[in-house]
Amino acid sequence: MFKKEYLGRGIVTVCGIFIIALTLAISVFLLVKGTGVFTQFHHSVAEFLFSDNWAPKDVPGEGGGHIGASIYIMGSLMTCGLALLIAVPFSLAGAIFIAEISPRLGSRILQPAIEIFVGIPSVVYGWVGLTILVPFIRDKLHAPMGGYSVLAAGIVLAIMIFPTIATVAADALRAVPDSYRQAAYGLGSTRWQLIYKVSVPAAKSGIFTGIILGLSRAFGETLAVAMVIGKTRVFPKGILYPTNNLTAAIAADMGNTANGGEYNMALWAMALLLLIISLACIVVIHLLARSGEKDK
Amino acid sequence: MNENSSRYKRVRGVDKFMTGVFYGIGGFFILLLIVLAAYIIVKGITSIYPGVFSFTSMGIGNQFFNTIYLVFLSLIISVPLGVAAGSYLAEYARKGRLTEMITMSIEALSSLPSIVVGLFGYLVFILMTGMKWNLLAGAMAVTILSLPAITTTTRDALAALPAHYRSGSIGLGATRWQTLWHVLLPACVPRIITGVILVAGRGFGEAAALLYTSGQSTVLNWANWDITSPTCPLNVFRPGETLSLHIWVMRTEGSMNPHSVEIANVSSMVLIIMVLGFSLLARYLSRKLDEKNKGAAK
Repeated sequence: MFKKEYLGRGIVTVCGIFIIALTLAISVFLLVKGTGVFTQFHHSVAEFLFSDNWAPKDVPGEGGGHIGASIYIMGSLMTCGLALLIAVPFSLAGAIFIAEISPRLGSRILQPAIEIFVGIPSVVYGWVGLTILVPFIRDKLHAPMGGYSVLAAGIVLAIMIFPTIATVAADALRAVPDSYRQAAYGLGSTRWQLIYKVSVPAAKSGIFTGIILGLSRAFGETLAVAMVIGKTRVFPKGILYPTNNLTAAIAADMGNTANGGEYNMALWAMALLLLIISLACIVVIHLLARSGEKDK
Repeated sequence: MNENSSRYKRVRGVDKFMTGVFYGIGGFFILLLIVLAAYIIVKGITSIYPGVFSFTSMGIGNQFFNTIYLVFLSLIISVPLGVAAGSYLAEYARKGRLTEMITMSIEALSSLPSIVVGLFGYLVFILMTGMKWNLLAGAMAVTILSLPAITTTTRDALAALPAHYRSGSIGLGATRWQTLWHVLLPACVPRIITGVILVAGRGFGEAAALLYTSGQSTVLNWANWDITSPTCPLNVFRPGETLSLHIWVMRTEGSMNPHSVEIANVSSMVLIIMVLGFSLLARYLSRKLDEKNKGAAK
């Protein structure tokens, strides 16, 4: 009986529990490393979040520098915000096309195309940004500091997150019961009236879920953004100016700073911030799902 | 009445206009994809120079090999783990705290930014073990990223099997484990393989998680088959830069390589072809196997 049942059951159970252990391990390790700069070097969280004075010491065990990361945080917020501004209308339109306008063309052509967009590696998006967008913004939009800019990062991120938003939103729209559509048509509404007065409001919580998922992806995206953002530690004067963000800073400096130094620890605090943002997005999605259920 | 009919006309007009807008945006996506793919491939082909595919520092052969080897290593770890965890969720898990926690963990893992996973890998597999950048650490990081997908694919594949597979096997006196091992999992193999191919495709493109795990350089000696040597291609404890990281290094780190722009262009093309190839293969396989399953059921 041991070999016939308990051994196998034991192994798969351990693997199931391993997933919890792994998630906890990632959270705990990052929590310990990421709070080091606050506990060991006595910086305040407020300094980290709101100050723009970034001059950490790069010597193991020596504190006394400044770890204001607000430029990086603002950089992340601005690029992600811009990406959402660009991506949300387009992905919503794509989703509406798939779910309401032409389900046949949508499922045969548009959806496979969107899946291919998902598969393109982020470095390749960064490369495209570097070879097309950056020169374009430099030459055609006359960006004052070369083409590396918030705009380039926003566009690259928008292309990367629109498949996520479109897919989730299309699923949400498809889940709207057909009786809603029949009722709307029966009352004499046109298709566009049906879309903006009935379908989209009914699929609201699903659409927001898609947007949050996209946002969470945009926040964590690293190399594609790092390649086009210009990595300049100043608040950008406009979207044509370069700046820096959390992920690009980590990617650029983590390996060059002394392990255990203030600089290194501050970068780990940024990583912890990314983890917290990603977990917060999940919580928001769950709250949305719950409110969506309540509506029904 | 007049007012009504003008309102009617306006509403009809707006409807037609919006339909046009939606077709336009749908078409724009398709166009964007075609232009993007064509640009990457044309740019790649026109950048080819003699020796770009060679296994030297002037070519991308080593990076190509590293990419495949790293994804292969990661699958060796992630497939058994993910399939087992998925089996647990589908066959053994009861409703309750534990199952809920596993589902939540999968969700959390699958939405983690890859740089965060890379940093965790850097901390645990590099800093804590005191090793240099190595392929195995990179493979572990990719494993963490692909585990959620393999687990959910397995769970969903098992859950989608007809109930009589289970009842038939249990009725013949098999235990649940025997049912799982001899009946259910074999029936799920096609779906699991499709999922694994998709995961592998994503693994090829992974970069941020590898920055600080598998490293940004590679020196191989293809005549050296001493597995403990740092230049032996098969050694898993050597630095192993992948194609995607190579693009990053060539275009951003001020590389000394005279061909760095061309190398990045060709690497992007190769990467795109690999990723698209795998995603098309997965699509084709899943359709083929669906057809076959339908045939067998009749």
